[in-house]
Amino acid sequence: MANQSKQSPPSHNTTFGPKANWFAAGLRMPNGHAPLYGLYGPGAVSEASRVMVASSRNYADFASEATFEVKKCDLHRLEEGPSTTAVMTRDEGLQYYKTMQTIRRMELKSDQLYKQKIIRGFCHLYDGQEACCVGIEAAIKPTDHLITAYRAHGFTYTRGVPVREILAELTGRKGGCAKGKGGSMHMYTKNFYGGNGIVGAQVPLGAGIALACKYFGRNEICLALYGDGAANQGQIFETYNMAALWKLPCIFVCENNRYGMGTSVERAAASTDYYKRGDYIPGLRVDGMDVLCVREAVKFAAEHCRSGKGPIVMELQTYRYHGHSMSDPGISYRTREEIQEVRSKSDPITMLKDRMVNNNLASVEELKEIDVAVRKEIEEAAQFATTDPEPPLEELGHHIYYNEPPFEVRGPNQWIRYKSVN
Amino acid sequence: GVAQVTVRDALNQALDEELERDERVFLLGEEVAQYDGAYKISRGLWKKYGDKRVIDTPISEMGFAGIAVGAAMAGLRPVCEFMTFNFSMQAIDQVINSAAKTCYMSAGAIPVPIVFRGPNGASAGVAAQHSQCFAAWYGHCPGLKVVSPWSAEDAKGLLKSAIRDDNPVVMLENELLYGVAFELSEQAQSKDFVVPIGKAKIERPGTHITLVAHSRPVGHCIEAASVLAKEGVECEVINLRTIRPMDIETVEASVVKTNHLVTVEGGWPQFGVGAEICARIMEGPAFNYLDAPAVRCTGADVPMPYAKILEDNCTPQVKDIIFAVKKTLNI
Repeated sequence: MANQSKQSPPSHNTTFGPKANWFAAGLRMPNGHAPLYGLYGPGAVSEASRVMVASSRNYADFASEATFEVKKCDLHRLEEGPSTTAVMTRDEGLQYYKTMQTIRRMELKSDQLYKQKIIRGFCHLYDGQEACCVGIEAAIKPTDHLITAYRAHGFTYTRGVPVREILAELTGRKGGCAKGKGGSMHMYTKNFYGGNGIVGAQVPLGAGIALACKYFGRNEICLALYGDGAANQGQIFETYNMAALWKLPCIFVCENNRYGMGTSVERAAASTDYYKRGDYIPGLRVDGMDVLCVREAVKFAAEHCRSGKGPIVMELQTYRYHGHSMSDPGISYRTREEIQEVRSKSDPITMLKDRMVNNNLASVEELKEIDVAVRKEIEEAAQFATTDPEPPLEELGHHIYYNEPPFEVRGPNQWIRYKSVN
Repeated sequence: GVAQVTVRDALNQALDEELERDERVFLLGEEVAQYDGAYKISRGLWKKYGDKRVIDTPISEMGFAGIAVGAAMAGLRPVCEFMTFNFSMQAIDQVINSAAKTCYMSAGAIPVPIVFRGPNGASAGVAAQHSQCFAAWYGHCPGLKVVSPWSAEDAKGLLKSAIRDDNPVVMLENELLYGVAFELSEQAQSKDFVVPIGKAKIERPGTHITLVAHSRPVGHCIEAASVLAKEGVECEVINLRTIRPMDIETVEASVVKTNHLVTVEGGWPQFGVGAEICARIMEGPAFNYLDAPAVRCTGADVPMPYAKILEDNCTPQVKDIIFAVKKTLNI
């Protein structure tokens, strides 16, 4: 299907031309949820568009893009905020859908593998929060930098690590992205600094990466992510101060999923306005369940940083379906009803799917095909992750140091020694 | 020719040379820029290199140590000063969990070429919260390198090596040594002079007993050795220079020769540098050459008191070292 050139956001009366964007006409949808009309068929829309339709319509004709309204962001120390409309092309929509679905299925597969005891230790799953990492990646460049805490599998994927390498790292195999040395909380790739286990420690690190961005003068920015729990860490306030003082190009992103482990935000914070926590630093509160709202907000924030204005704080209001980690069933501090309500009313993937289908950016069948392809990819990745060998014992001592001549590392007693190379 | 250079000036030269050599190197810490450094180690550097290369931080150790580590992960080569290592405890999570372990956890993908430096251990009259030695604390951790200079040559050469090293290096200086002048050979004055990390130096050869120390106590050992020499006891004094990776081979070779060992350090006795040396000697070939148990001289096992008489008796003095030597040699 030919990729149409981008048109300006259509209004009721202005869709002309052989491949008129006639389904997009008049599509000012409130929060992109309610379907206004069916997929195909001439019984839609306005007088003007119906006139042009007959000559160009065919079964496979999707719209090239659509405009959506997104929730207005709450602002702190900002005169203006991000755009409340977002234009999404069909290609973008398909990509966001596939990416979010991949992350969703990858996390569910991890849940399965953990229950089979093939994944051990800590496993903090991201399902429910997909719109955050996908919306962020859609708004930044691969040359920008990102660091987050331990709920990192989604970002590891969006920053470029293939699913099989993520799953193989979770299962502790040599094909894992950290060769089995890191595990769930310590996955890295170019311009992605993990995966960090100590709550809050990644925030000063992120500001340091932003300092390097400014130092090197390459117009790159850094996003430093943390949760509602971590938001109460003192080192974050120290970091706000230095980032503002030195005008570091750092976006501080609080993924507020309402619970720091088992403690709700109301029980942990005297102020739950996390987007205002930066005080003298401007802030935005964003609907983190809407990938387009996240994208527009991050575009806005990135522009703020790149223009030399210094840091900015964003709070993404989101939700995790799983408990804090695999050892937390997640229902002692919240009700099943609450979880179910979010799933049915605010699921990010469902929201995107509805928007796309209702605006003729894709068909239900097409999206189902993507689902099938995603499942296949995850199955294959899981197959790799469960059959790849564990790292060889000889590598136990490797990578202690970087760029160092080989030396020996002591094992559990003085006679057991491991070679360390890098 | 040979020059008399204080440890302070040697450190200053090292910083100046490395800032000039590599534009990715920068210095940050409290008072390092406009104040010329709390102990004047960075005197003149801000004036010469400016705000980008020499950065004054607020009093936020955990924050600025983390920022420094992040900058290192992103390709810069920071020198992060702690005004004293006592304050590094506020930031120790960043030193250990963010700096030391990241290369390993990332299977070599993310090196952290950072230097943490500052004065360590006892000073004079600064009392308990400002007098702790962290050699054992940092020396404990894989992924770090830990150096502890004594002379001006040590200070300059080790700092240059540390800055050029692609790994996190903790450099434990000593405030009381800053003003002490040492001979700096012509070779040591050159801009390319480095002291290798992980190699001890025999400061004074001897035959009857091995004295191993790091930092200021090296000077005490040399003094003790010259007193003992008058009584016919020749001490071999080894300056460890590096705590981790420790050059135990040099110590072993010396003990094989002298058959006796006394370790000297300023830090507390339990789980300390001396304890590690003794354990390793037992595990290695030198054990069979010991004619007497290895002995440790350390700081007293108390928080550092303030009154001079108390403080003086809480650090190993020359007389304590001489006593330990004579006990070991049974003379």
